[in-house]
Amino acid sequence: MVTLSDIVGNTDRRWPRVEVARDVWEYARTQLAEGKWDLIAHWGEPDMVHVALREHGSGTTGILSLSARGSFPSLGRDCLPARRLERAIRDLVGLIPEQAPDTRAWLDHGRWSMRHPQGTPEQPAGPQPYAFLPVEGESLHQILVGPVHAGIIEPGHFRFTCSGETVVRLEAQLGYVHKGIESLMTGAPLERASKLAARVSGDTTVAYSTAFAQAVETACATEVPARALYLRAIMLELERLANHFGDIGGTCNDAAFSLMLANCAVMREHVLRTAQTAFGHRLMMDRVIPGGVAADLSTAGQSAIAALLKRIRKQFPAIVALYEDTASLQDRTVRTGMLRHDLAMQFGAGGYIGRASGRSFDTRKILPWAPYDTLAFETPLLQRGDVDARIRIRIAEVEQSCVLLRQMLDALPSGPIQAEVVPRAGEGTTMVEGFRGDIFAWLRLNDDGTLARCHLRDPSWFQWPLLEAAIYGNIVADFPLCNKSFNCSYSGHDL
Amino acid sequence: MRKLLLKSIFGKALTEKAPAADERALAELAEKVQTAARQRLGRSLSIRQVDAGSCNGCELEIHALGNAFYDIERFGFHFVASPRHADVLLVTGPLTANMREALERTYAATPNPKWVVAVGGCALDGGIFAGSYGVVGGVSAAIPVDLHIPGCPPEPRALLAGLLALMEQRSVTP
Repeated sequence: MVTLSDIVGNTDRRWPRVEVARDVWEYARTQLAEGKWDLIAHWGEPDMVHVALREHGSGTTGILSLSARGSFPSLGRDCLPARRLERAIRDLVGLIPEQAPDTRAWLDHGRWSMRHPQGTPEQPAGPQPYAFLPVEGESLHQILVGPVHAGIIEPGHFRFTCSGETVVRLEAQLGYVHKGIESLMTGAPLERASKLAARVSGDTTVAYSTAFAQAVETACATEVPARALYLRAIMLELERLANHFGDIGGTCNDAAFSLMLANCAVMREHVLRTAQTAFGHRLMMDRVIPGGVAADLSTAGQSAIAALLKRIRKQFPAIVALYEDTASLQDRTVRTGMLRHDLAMQFGAGGYIGRASGRSFDTRKILPWAPYDTLAFETPLLQRGDVDARIRIRIAEVEQSCVLLRQMLDALPSGPIQAEVVPRAGEGTTMVEGFRGDIFAWLRLNDDGTLARCHLRDPSWFQWPLLEAAIYGNIVADFPLCNKSFNCSYSGHDL
Repeated sequence: MRKLLLKSIFGKALTEKAPAADERALAELAEKVQTAARQRLGRSLSIRQVDAGSCNGCELEIHALGNAFYDIERFGFHFVASPRHADVLLVTGPLTANMREALERTYAATPNPKWVVAVGGCALDGGIFAGSYGVVGGVSAAIPVDLHIPGCPPEPRALLAGLLALMEQRSVTP
């Protein structure tokens, strides 16, 4: 059997990229289909398609590139998670996946000022009606929701087909917040591209900035000072805390239990205020930059984080107890929105969604970067895959983030917080564990330090399709609950 | 649960009053919001939030307005589920090409009198995303905007102060 390392070669680089022939590409498809390799990312350039892969067992990672003239062999024929990515490649670059099972446009609604913006631009075709999958059966009715939703939430369209109250099919149509970020990055200097990366998904801005910075630093062989690495990880864990608090409360609120939201929202606000004190911005936007960090942590900032940890230790257990002791709330969350283990594995679902369905994948453990390689923490894992399991994973992750923050405050190195990034032509690839899961970043720099191409893959690409599976057989009224327990990103996905 | 509830009844409220200088300014603003809002619309102003393409950062801070520290509902501001119930559209994001029609239809579905508040740097002119093939521009590229609240994202306090400014302006020129 040919392994991934046979193809990419023995190298000390974590993400070697090799150009392959069609037969190797087809071989990759069979390995993906058999579940031996995980699809990490799949993107295109005008004359080339790339697929980032990870082999089970050995854990080898690498990127295969296939030269493509107008089309390329579809991986989506046998690899479900590749399908939407291929549709996006077709929309953005204009390369056609051969024999692709789904030829509908995905991000392009026919409203952009051009078609194939990353390839050879063409005149737009104009808005086309979206062909939703057909449904057959007696007494079925459809409920159309969005793109403008009832809550304070991002836009997307959901089409429910129901039998009575029970959802028999959900189909999502996304792309409404597509901003063309990758095209804006092309040709942009590092500073501007870094700001764009920070705004791919506002709730996970630190993780995106970190991924972008790491990719640039790999490309330019920049040595980032130890203190900066620690500060980045501190920000990343603060971001995780803020999101977990907000979503634990929000999920319970969608089961009409607002007391949890009220208490969790207070905790979230404490985290954001701590971030403001420590790093000068509530969401810590633009604080992580290539070469290091833009804001140092003062003694006052350190005390604020220490005080936050103390507060969480004091107040969070009562909130967890409130969740666990409220039978009427558990009645809504237990066995609701079940995500099967095999689906989580097949799609390579990251973050709490995968971990609640028995897929233990944490970039901080599996592809660790400093300082996570020297810190002690656990990745929680549950098997049941319901809303309750996703909430419990997040509760456990709150505790782990506190453990990490405590260690980092104790061991925070002194010294500079920035290194000079000396621009040079090159490529960089990285993966970072945001609160939602693994963010993949790949970029190529020109020798003047501008970006030739950047691809950022949000964890939601592999989570949105699973929401459609998890809602199956649930009642319509439980959709907000299931949706919030997933909390996929629209902006990160639509890009 | 009883302990938490009792604590919230008998404990000190988190909701912020205004001791220091700019905190006091906020309290004054809050007082004015109450007066102005009552004059115009009884005791309440219904807000429909529309994300027209944002990165979700602005939504997070709009959400925060509802927490115990800011408690926006004490001023009579209320987030509603449908534009048909709304007095104000609170619109975020650069306006994406794919959201333009949805925003226009949301605006059309909002009964008169109505006001549009554009939130965040992107909502003014597309911000960092301006010039993209997928971005039309700011919110005003599709619908008339009455007020713009800057920031990336604006902090909850700035949002609250901005909503007041809208009320004052509307009171003077009905």
